[in-house]
Amino acid sequence: MGEAVIFYVLSALILGFAVLVISTRNTVHSVLFLVMNFLLVAMLYVLVGAEFLAVIQVLVYAGGIVVLYLFVVMLVNLKRPPEVHQDPRRQARLGLAVAGAVLAELVAIIVYSSASPAAPAVAAAGQTVEGGNVEQIGWLLYTDYLIPFEVASILLLVAMVGAIVLAKREL
Amino acid sequence: MVDTLVVPLLKIIILLNAVLVAVTYMVLLERKVIAWVQSRLGPMRVGPYGALQPIADAIKLMTKEDITPTRADRWVFTASPIIVMVPALIVFAVIPFGPEVELFGRSVPLYITDVNVGLLYIVSIASLGVYGIILAGWASNSKYPLLSSLRASAQLISYEVAVTMTLVSMVLMAGTLSMVGIVESQREAGLWFAFVQPVAFVIFFIGGLAETNRAPFDLPEAEQELTGGFHTEYSGMRFALFFLAEYANMIVISCVAVTLFMGGWLRPFPSVEALGFLDLVPSWIWFLFKTFVFLYVFLWIRATLPRYRYDQLMHIGWKVLIPIAIGNVVVTGIAKVLL
Repeated sequence: MGEAVIFYVLSALILGFAVLVISTRNTVHSVLFLVMNFLLVAMLYVLVGAEFLAVIQVLVYAGGIVVLYLFVVMLVNLKRPPEVHQDPRRQARLGLAVAGAVLAELVAIIVYSSASPAAPAVAAAGQTVEGGNVEQIGWLLYTDYLIPFEVASILLLVAMVGAIVLAKREL
Repeated sequence: MVDTLVVPLLKIIILLNAVLVAVTYMVLLERKVIAWVQSRLGPMRVGPYGALQPIADAIKLMTKEDITPTRADRWVFTASPIIVMVPALIVFAVIPFGPEVELFGRSVPLYITDVNVGLLYIVSIASLGVYGIILAGWASNSKYPLLSSLRASAQLISYEVAVTMTLVSMVLMAGTLSMVGIVESQREAGLWFAFVQPVAFVIFFIGGLAETNRAPFDLPEAEQELTGGFHTEYSGMRFALFFLAEYANMIVISCVAVTLFMGGWLRPFPSVEALGFLDLVPSWIWFLFKTFVFLYVFLWIRATLPRYRYDQLMHIGWKVLIPIAIGNVVVTGIAKVLL
């Protein structure tokens, strides 16, 4: 009961801040609302007992990536309004299409997950791991999800090399 | 009810007040230590040997006029001292000052909570403090604070990488992220991790100096170049909050260093039976004593070393500390597998 109340309050706040992120005119304020949003999502993780994910969410998103966003926003002058596109309806139509796609995805997830409740991932792996979810995530990442994990790290490496090449013309 | 609500609340109240008092007295200690290094007396007027100076300072700062510049972003300007202060205080939730002790007939642990991601919690909360600094500089709508806050955030982000890498090697040593677990594993190993991981210890300490904007890495507050720093436009208690947060962060870094490298609440040489009489001193006194030693070294360094140049600072961070820290992680990992 208590958890449900907390969940709904948190969710309402998350959605509220998400709306503020895209509706605020001041870009710095918008980034700040984004930070609030990430922190509240971290609280949702705590609520479902995924404290490792919660801490990583704060560390990587709120503490790392958004700081860089803030850098960019502060250094780039955004006072000038963006130029209006030829067809003003274009954005609305595009937005509608994306919103429809997201809605379809959400409905699909709800239908699918209510049809077959997901088995706990660790039990499915046929392993019982002692300790908290740090050990469990580590175990899963290096056994069942080893290839996606390695692919993700190569992707990050490529992005990093690309950024360096772009920033530094002559090496 | 008593164990889940009353006792933790009492502990939080006591700890917060203790931290705030300690922080104000850190200011006095700093002035005194620097004065002694320079053959001066330091504050002497208020109370015996200036012992009541922090109270006088607090009254002065609270009664001063609180100015918000007209062109400042009012909300962000007000929020940023708070954003700096809150992470510095809530980090204390996972710092273990001692093991469970018998107190008034019930066993009370001398820490507020022991989560199994304690170390990561500290790192992630500490990484939020940088927002206050960036936003303070931006919201002031003034040149020097903005420059200073950009410097500060670049510095914090750079040194965070090296510090976090040393923490990875410590986690490899201890096999746990829980702060209490790390101290326990040092007791089982029978020695402080500072002797096993001297490289990580030195990098953590240098990174800690940079993370707290302390000399010789106090570029964000370079008075001569930046007329103060990101808090130039602040006055009164809001100005004081930035300083209190800086000192609170120093205490946090010292507490973490003591927990990770100096055996936390353990007495020196915990495995040597002949030194058993040292256990007569309560564990939390050992913890506070070690923390105090670290804080003293912070002040000593401030009084002794000149400030680094900005490019030197970045050079040390990226080209020296981070490669060494990564190498240390690799070596620790290999040693852990082989031994």
